[in-house]
Amino acid sequence: MLDFVQQLVSGVALGCVYGLIALGFVLVYKATEVVNFAQGDLMMLGGFFAFTFIGILGLNYWIGFVCAVAAMALLGMLAERLVVRPILGYPQFSIIMATIGLGYFLRSVAGMVWGTDDLKIETPFSHGVVRIGSLVLAYDKLSVIAATMLLCALLYLFFNRTTLGTAMRATSENMLAAYYMGIPVKRVVSIVWAISAAVATCAGVLLAPITFIHSNVGLVLGLKAFPAAVLGGFGSIPGAVVGGILIGVIESMAGFYLAQGWKDVAPYVVLLAVLLLKPEGLFGLHARKKV
Amino acid sequence: MRFMFKTDYDDDIKLLPHSGYVLSYGCLLALLVIAPFVLGSYLISQFVFVFIYAIVGVGLMILAGFTGQASLGHAAFLAIGAYTTAYLQQFGVPFPVYFLAAGLLTGLVGAVVGFPALRLQGIYLVIATISFAFIVEEILARWESVTHGNEGMRVKTIQWLGTSVPRDSPTFYFLCLGVLTLAIVGAMNLLRSPTGRAFVAIRDSETAARSMGINVAAYKVKSFAISAAITGFAGCLFAHKLSFISPEMFTLQLSIEFIMVIIIGGTFSLHGAVLGAIFIVMVDPFLTFLKDDIPGVVAGIAATFGAGAARAGQIQSSVAAFASANGLKGAIYGLIIILFILFEPLGLYGRWLKIKLFFQLFPLYKRATFKRQKIYVKSERNR
Repeated sequence: MLDFVQQLVSGVALGCVYGLIALGFVLVYKATEVVNFAQGDLMMLGGFFAFTFIGILGLNYWIGFVCAVAAMALLGMLAERLVVRPILGYPQFSIIMATIGLGYFLRSVAGMVWGTDDLKIETPFSHGVVRIGSLVLAYDKLSVIAATMLLCALLYLFFNRTTLGTAMRATSENMLAAYYMGIPVKRVVSIVWAISAAVATCAGVLLAPITFIHSNVGLVLGLKAFPAAVLGGFGSIPGAVVGGILIGVIESMAGFYLAQGWKDVAPYVVLLAVLLLKPEGLFGLHARKKV
Repeated sequence: MRFMFKTDYDDDIKLLPHSGYVLSYGCLLALLVIAPFVLGSYLISQFVFVFIYAIVGVGLMILAGFTGQASLGHAAFLAIGAYTTAYLQQFGVPFPVYFLAAGLLTGLVGAVVGFPALRLQGIYLVIATISFAFIVEEILARWESVTHGNEGMRVKTIQWLGTSVPRDSPTFYFLCLGVLTLAIVGAMNLLRSPTGRAFVAIRDSETAARSMGINVAAYKVKSFAISAAITGFAGCLFAHKLSFISPEMFTLQLSIEFIMVIIIGGTFSLHGAVLGAIFIVMVDPFLTFLKDDIPGVVAGIAATFGAGAARAGQIQSSVAAFASANGLKGAIYGLIIILFILFEPLGLYGRWLKIKLFFQLFPLYKRATFKRQKIYVKSERNR
């Protein structure tokens, strides 16, 4: 039983990281119908930025965190301006391939700049545990869970309660109509990319104490975040986090209870099952196309 | 400029519309036939890789280019073809039999993958094919009684009718060339048949295709099966060419390379599959050239512009360090994908068409002829 709870907590913590990456997918998808395959690599880059500010420049953890988030938000806007905006509205697959190319590029450049070793960031959550009875919960895992809940709630409020959030939803539904309503569509899209890069950075920094930062971490985790996003229904913010947590728990349980090899495959098996049985996901809207 | 006046229904479906095509493709084929007797073994080996990639490109073109169903899982189909080859070979099955078996089995798997794909579109389909590829990769690594797991499998040379065909012999080259030619001619004929027309109709508008009485589901499954089967044949040749296969050869990276083949070549024509294959196979030799020769050349240029010997040496070593940096290949791949999608969306074949039109219409060529129409995004979630 204790093993089970321990696995559950580490699964939830891992799942929150997937959820944060999936949140980035969902934000960009909600606003522009673009799926950003480079989201995991933005997370990786965010981790490296934080390492540079905290580990190399020696800033305070929180100041370094904010600097990394700001830098990555700018980088997200730049990526949107250079790669995505010129082809927005063209067939979806072209955009997917362009973001795959972007991911390749970021990964290689990060490998060249920061080397291929595993890097570690000292955080206030790195050491220390909470003991409840004989249950041991590490701070780093709890911090991921708390931060994910907070970010999810903030973004949910942002999308549903603010003017800018409403403008983003309008843009995603019909870009031309949004133009007619006076929404500055280009700026909205830029801001969405900035937010999604910032969320990715949060994921990267929170992940740093749990698994080390290296240039391929984005690829590995980014691909695991797809099942999360699909499970949650690709356009829903709470769905992304719930999906992420479910995938994390499934992966961690499969690693513990099933034969070796299942751990890596289980998320994809779940993904295929969801796509077959309920393609709109747990929180997706089900609507038919009108001709 | 040549004007085509069609006076017969056959003019519409001819494989080679006029004598110019016969001449140019005849010359190309003749050059390729004499190539192994003229060129060195390294180049011939590269040619064989171009052929194999082009066969996969043709398969993927049928699915992604003509039916509009994107797939990022073709490395898995290649793997199934390759492993079928290696497995059947152990029992002394003759080459033609396991070659056909590789294609048919992969085609069957393709059809099975096609069924879940019926309900999926766009991004969901891409994600589903990626997951399929991951699962296949993991099965190959774990099903040790058949695949020998991560140790990989050796593939013996082709033995048939008492002769052996080593992987770097001209005979193997001709085998690959023959399969590629068959695949291309087969695909061209397919596209002129009702099946091919249905594929293109589905790509252009599924709703319209359905209302014209096309059984969309059946044709999508067919497209998946045909595409996978062609890739399976390529897998058989791939296994023989490498003579050793293991699961980590068939990763997402390879699937992305295959997609790059058709994006770089141009997604709307079979020419694109071949042009893209040439481009992708050439990236590796180009990188070697970059590492070996460019630093010296740059230093030479610096020296002619008056840099001292010490300075030139410094420049040479820094350029060399950059050119041999880890992951330069990934960065170049990424840039190639982005630049092609942004600036040459019709691919290399599209560029060739533009150049041809430029000379045909000279001096009246307008850039706007090939300009894409601006489209505004409308939600796909509501369909």
